[in-house]
Amino acid sequence: MARKPKRKELFALGNEAVVEGALLAGCSFFAGYPITPSTEIAEGMAAKLPQLEEGVFVQMEDEIASLGAVIGASLAGRKAMTATSGPGFSLMQEHIGYACMAEVPLVIVNVMRGGPSTGLPTNPAQGDVQQARWGTHGDHPIIVLSASDVQECLHMTIAAFNFAEKYRTPVILLLDEVTAHTREKIVLPRPEELTIINRTIPTMPPEWYVPYEETMRGVPPMPPLGSGYRYHVTGLTHDEHGYPTSKANEISALMHRLFRKIDQFFYDIQLVEEVETEDAEVVVVAYGCVARSAKLAITQARESGCKAGLLVLKTLFPFPRTYVEKLARQCKKVIVPEMNMGQISREVKRVNNGLSRVVTINRVDGQIITPGEILKKIYKD
Amino acid sequence: MVETTKLIHEYLRHSKKFPHVYCPGCGHGIVLGSIIRSVHHLGLSKDEVVLIAGIGCSGRMAVYVDFNTIHTTHGRALTFATGVKLANPKLKVIVVMGDGDALSIGGNHFIHAARRNIGVTALVLNNNIYGMTGGQSSSTTPENSYSTTTPYGHLERDFDVVNLALGCGANFVSRTTALHAQLMDKLLTKAIENPGFNVVEVLTPCFTQYGRKNKFKNVVEMYSWYRKNTIKVEKYKELPEEKRAGKIPIGVFSDKQEPGFEEKYGQLREKLRSKK
Ligand SMILES: Cc1ncc(C[n+]2csc(CCOP(=O)(O)OP(=O)(O)O)c2C)c(N)n1
Ligand code: SF4
Repeated sequence: MARKPKRKELFALGNEAVVEGALLAGCSFFAGYPITPSTEIAEGMAAKLPQLEEGVFVQMEDEIASLGAVIGASLAGRKAMTATSGPGFSLMQEHIGYACMAEVPLVIVNVMRGGPSTGLPTNPAQGDVQQARWGTHGDHPIIVLSASDVQECLHMTIAAFNFAEKYRTPVILLLDEVTAHTREKIVLPRPEELTIINRTIPTMPPEWYVPYEETMRGVPPMPPLGSGYRYHVTGLTHDEHGYPTSKANEISALMHRLFRKIDQFFYDIQLVEEVETEDAEVVVVAYGCVARSAKLAITQARESGCKAGLLVLKTLFPFPRTYVEKLARQCKKVIVPEMNMGQISREVKRVNNGLSRVVTINRVDGQIITPGEILKKIYKD
Repeated sequence: MVETTKLIHEYLRHSKKFPHVYCPGCGHGIVLGSIIRSVHHLGLSKDEVVLIAGIGCSGRMAVYVDFNTIHTTHGRALTFATGVKLANPKLKVIVVMGDGDALSIGGNHFIHAARRNIGVTALVLNNNIYGMTGGQSSSTTPENSYSTTTPYGHLERDFDVVNLALGCGANFVSRTTALHAQLMDKLLTKAIENPGFNVVEVLTPCFTQYGRKNKFKNVVEMYSWYRKNTIKVEKYKELPEEKRAGKIPIGVFSDKQEPGFEEKYGQLREKLRSKK
């Protein structure tokens, strides 16, 4: 058998790994506005995209414009993304809702820094978790992912594009300043090792195409603009043809389909990593850079004979309730360390519903939660 | 008339959404007609035209025509258009915006799209008011006139769309009114074909929300006002300074053919590839 070529290795920042992941996923369009600590993503794209046959990088006048351009490019058939941090993410909220309503696949990377407001531009935080879930107005489902090391930045960016394309939805990848600015060795997967998903495009004759047709999967095929399937795209509540409606039955059908197309595939979307959970009596639930501290804490706890386990959430929303519920049933204590005043612990408590004891560790001082802090909570009764 | 009926059948959507939302006498419908005639005149296929609209009465236009249509968010139509054009430069992108849409909430995008010289046609349907939301003042509401949010008269000054676009470097800058439909056809036909950023400002009457509050007896009076107060830009330039006051020049103010941003980006890609 012929030896496979060696995988390429890089010594990269988390942000640079996002760029590599996006390109592997087939992203050919980036529009953004510079903001610390996400800027290296824009800079990487500015250097690499024009080298591709059809690549486009454009620096827009603000984050509202950035996401507008990304939506336009996606409608025209591109895999498109933007990257930002808290203040820019706030500006993007209206267009996130538009992308949910018009079912436009795209990826937004938000490298979280301290907030509110301009906050702490160069310090990590995890304060945008619930904003990512609920930031845009109106009831809507959304997919929110996270990554806790540089290699994962690459893989979760690919996952973000795959989910966006598969479910025709905006996907938010939440990173934090520490993960984005850590430099470590990563391995670039060979293209043939990856599963890359592209949106379904219609194959029926254009006159038969119903752009927002109800189907089992709930995800209608999506033609690129200019391909002969002329249809109407709107942020208004619309009927199957995309035309605005105020009929209760049509509104209800659309809203339920939007939720259903995400909810019914929760098993596909909810990504987690379980570390030593089989017999765990204490389980730490963590995400982002905090998950790395938690890993070390678990190892140390095990070394001293304490049955500790870790659940790393790679998908934050839809919240991986099946995993959390199972562990809450089995253990005595769930610890949720996070760099906010309790945004994921709310979800854990909701799912836990009295099954176990939920303890939180909250830091909002721009410092990462250390393994020692987590270890202390593991031991403490 | 026969000609017009034929075009209606060819370019308006059969499937849905009539009657339209426009008030009697509203100029927005005249603009819609002009867009259709211009596209037809240029012999473009409906598949290659993307009509992108903002939010407002003007924005509603998108739902009626059988092109690729995008009804975007308030003020941001040009940002969507930038993405579409960069992603597929072969498409002909026509952007329809109200004055509030293009210049109040969307002012930042307007100036940057013009500066960037992205290859789209930007139609500003200037009725001096927020029509859809019930007659509040916009950034083109003239000083001293009345709106529901300036019940004692407007204290702010208004934008001059043409001068703004010229200042931002747009390739093609022009103005017409809903009364001057033939000029509108000519300007639009030119704008759709011209490279780079092309502005067509259309002064259009909103009797419902603006005229009534500002001493116009009916919408016909508003059209008469356009006849009386507009002047061809060529003639305007010949007028001595003191006679220019109160006259609104219409016609073409800038006609450049600089390459659009998407074209320059394509050239950059070529250059980088040939170096490899
Ligand atoms: C972000 C946002 N703010 C406010 C509105 C409400 N709104 C809808 S249309 C409109 C103004 C429309 O005026 P204009 O753009 O001049 O268009 P016209 O209706 O006169 O054609 C406003 C303020 C909105 N849809 N979105
Ligand atoms: S409110 Fe004004 S702009 Fe809107 S349709 Fe009526 S006349 Fe036209």
